[in-house]
Amino acid sequence: MRTDISTSTLLEMQRRMTRIRRFEERAAKMVKRGLIPGAVHTSIGQEAQVVGACMALDDDDYMTGNHRSHGHPIGKGSSLGPLMAELVGKATGVCRGKGGSLHLADFSVGSLGESGIVGSSIPIAAGSAFASKILGRPRVSLAFFGDGAANQGVLYEAMNMAGVWKLPVIFLCENNQYALSTPAHTVTSGDIFERAAGFGIPGVRVDDGQDVLAVYDAVKTAADRARSGEGPSLVEVMTYRFNEHSEGLRIDNYRDKEQVGEWLRRDPLDYLAARLRDRGVTDEHLKALDAEVMDEVDRAVEFANESPYPEPSVAFEDLYTDEVTAV
Amino acid sequence: MSVMSYLGAIGAAQREAMEADERVVIMGEDVEANVYGTTGGGKSRSSEGDFLQLFGRNRIRNTPISEEGIVGIAAGAAMTGLRPIVDLSYSSFLYMAMDQFVNQVAKNRYMFGGQASMPVVFRSAMFYGLNTGAHHSDRPYPMFMNVPGLKIIAPASPEDAKGLLRAAIDSDDPVLAFEAVKLWGLKGEVSDEAFRIPLGVARTARKGTDVTLVAISGSVPDACAAADRLAEEGVSVEVIDPRTLVPLDTTAILTSVAKTGRLVVVEPAHRTCGAAAEISALVAEEVFDALKAPIVRLTAPDMQIPFSPSLEQQMYPTRDGITAALRRVTGLKPA
Ligand SMILES: Cc1ncc(C[n+]2csc(CCOP(=O)(O)OP(=O)(O)O)c2C)c(N)n1
Ligand SMILES: [Mg+2]
Repeated sequence: MRTDISTSTLLEMQRRMTRIRRFEERAAKMVKRGLIPGAVHTSIGQEAQVVGACMALDDDDYMTGNHRSHGHPIGKGSSLGPLMAELVGKATGVCRGKGGSLHLADFSVGSLGESGIVGSSIPIAAGSAFASKILGRPRVSLAFFGDGAANQGVLYEAMNMAGVWKLPVIFLCENNQYALSTPAHTVTSGDIFERAAGFGIPGVRVDDGQDVLAVYDAVKTAADRARSGEGPSLVEVMTYRFNEHSEGLRIDNYRDKEQVGEWLRRDPLDYLAARLRDRGVTDEHLKALDAEVMDEVDRAVEFANESPYPEPSVAFEDLYTDEVTAV
Repeated sequence: MSVMSYLGAIGAAQREAMEADERVVIMGEDVEANVYGTTGGGKSRSSEGDFLQLFGRNRIRNTPISEEGIVGIAAGAAMTGLRPIVDLSYSSFLYMAMDQFVNQVAKNRYMFGGQASMPVVFRSAMFYGLNTGAHHSDRPYPMFMNVPGLKIIAPASPEDAKGLLRAAIDSDDPVLAFEAVKLWGLKGEVSDEAFRIPLGVARTARKGTDVTLVAISGSVPDACAAADRLAEEGVSVEVIDPRTLVPLDTTAILTSVAKTGRLVVVEPAHRTCGAAAEISALVAEEVFDALKAPIVRLTAPDMQIPFSPSLEQQMYPTRDGITAALRRVTGLKPA
């Protein structure tokens, strides 16, 4: 077991994973009750993969994500209130009620935006890395995308440019083994991480993506490499989503029950809790942490509920930065 | 003042902007070797004014042939501190990057509630009328007019090419610049000072009282020539070049038609949902009562562009066609 990561860092990882879990459990309930309009995709089961990656970054490093969108900003340190307000479409939402679940962005924590279009945000992360490189800024960028997005051509355009220009960017493939209902192996030739070799950049696979430290180690190595000017890396993390593709979709004929059961036993929160206990952290401490997070989620929901809906005129704001009168 | 070509004016604007602001960078295919003539003094690396010599590879950079990736990378860079000018060479190649234009460049600021700004310019050249065949002769600006969040310029003179490009680079919003290759060699007086022409302000190329002729991009010189012919016959044509298609200077167009009572719109794009269609609808909605004759649109037909010079010629509005339309709406007998 690793000793160079302090117990307080491990506790912070557990806290962030718990924040994702409890926030999304609550969001899923709210979808059922009709309190959240639109689609909601949870990262429940994938928290280690999200938090391991985010914690390996610095606070002002950049990040883009995808439709499975809440974990990324939460993992990067967003406050829950404005995120929950965004999910319900309130004026105090992190995107003023104009993004919703699929398009969260929180620039205050380096979150440059999630994307409803599979694969589309990958070059945005690479572009932020390009800016950092040109401007001499010691920041790293990370693009989260799924095994499904790994078959979009734009990923390889971005990887090629990042490779040849040595951009400080990490391509992080969340391989939860399905793109909606489609098993990755039925539509993917070869192994995703091995594709990096074609671009002359490191590609690694984290086989136990339920172990936050395994993810952290791999991404930390990639981040250090990027920050020291050596360029991009591809990190593929094997994981599993515990919930449906999106809440309320009610299509579950494509994963066999035994496989689901097996993965449910590999809960990233339990994993890290066990490690913390090994380090002498008490059950009471862990329970208190969970209770604090539950309380934080309660307050986020209260904040969202008490917030007003945006004025209709807000729909006509934020198209342009400059004052535009002629349209 | 100096006499400059349209292409030279673009190069001058780019150089000025690069010198004025370190955050301005140029990226695109073959920009380092100045293949398209806007990133250097001449065709040789040693000519005075070579951008790579002047600014170094951090500021001007060849890209691979990866339009979708280039547009996305420029967008991400614009969101985080750079002000890229992307040279996409042929306008026909914009389609390769449609997802990035529509889903990222145009939407990110809005979708994220104003957290992002997108100060990036995408330049491309419309190679129509040059026997380049269907894959290289597109005039796709109307498609992009249909995407809220983008700004669109289509300068038609050296002066406008320089001033509008400077304004586009200054803009904190994404601007698509459509440059007609048939205008590249056009010469005109251009101020040596750094000047800007504000986006959204039309230029009245000829003042007139009998008919309003709105002309776009490569159609502007033909429109002016047709107006000059009509002037000899005593018909006074007001030629308006919107210059910026988004935001469109609706006031200039409506005020002119309210005065003249007649409208002819001419552009090189296809007919359906073109800029001419939009301008016609605007006039019909807003100043219908002023109209003394039906609106006339002169456009390319809804047909692909053929290769053979003998076939392609007929596809775009001509001087003669514009002259005939002006005669028709003003009640003059055909010549
Ligand atoms: C370009 C595009 N194609 C298809 C979709 C529809 N869609 C949304 S999520 C999804 C599956 C994505 O799978 P993956 O990238 O593995 O991410 P995961 O949902 O497994 O996290 C699909 C097909 C989309 N949103 N965008
Ligand atoms: Mg997947």
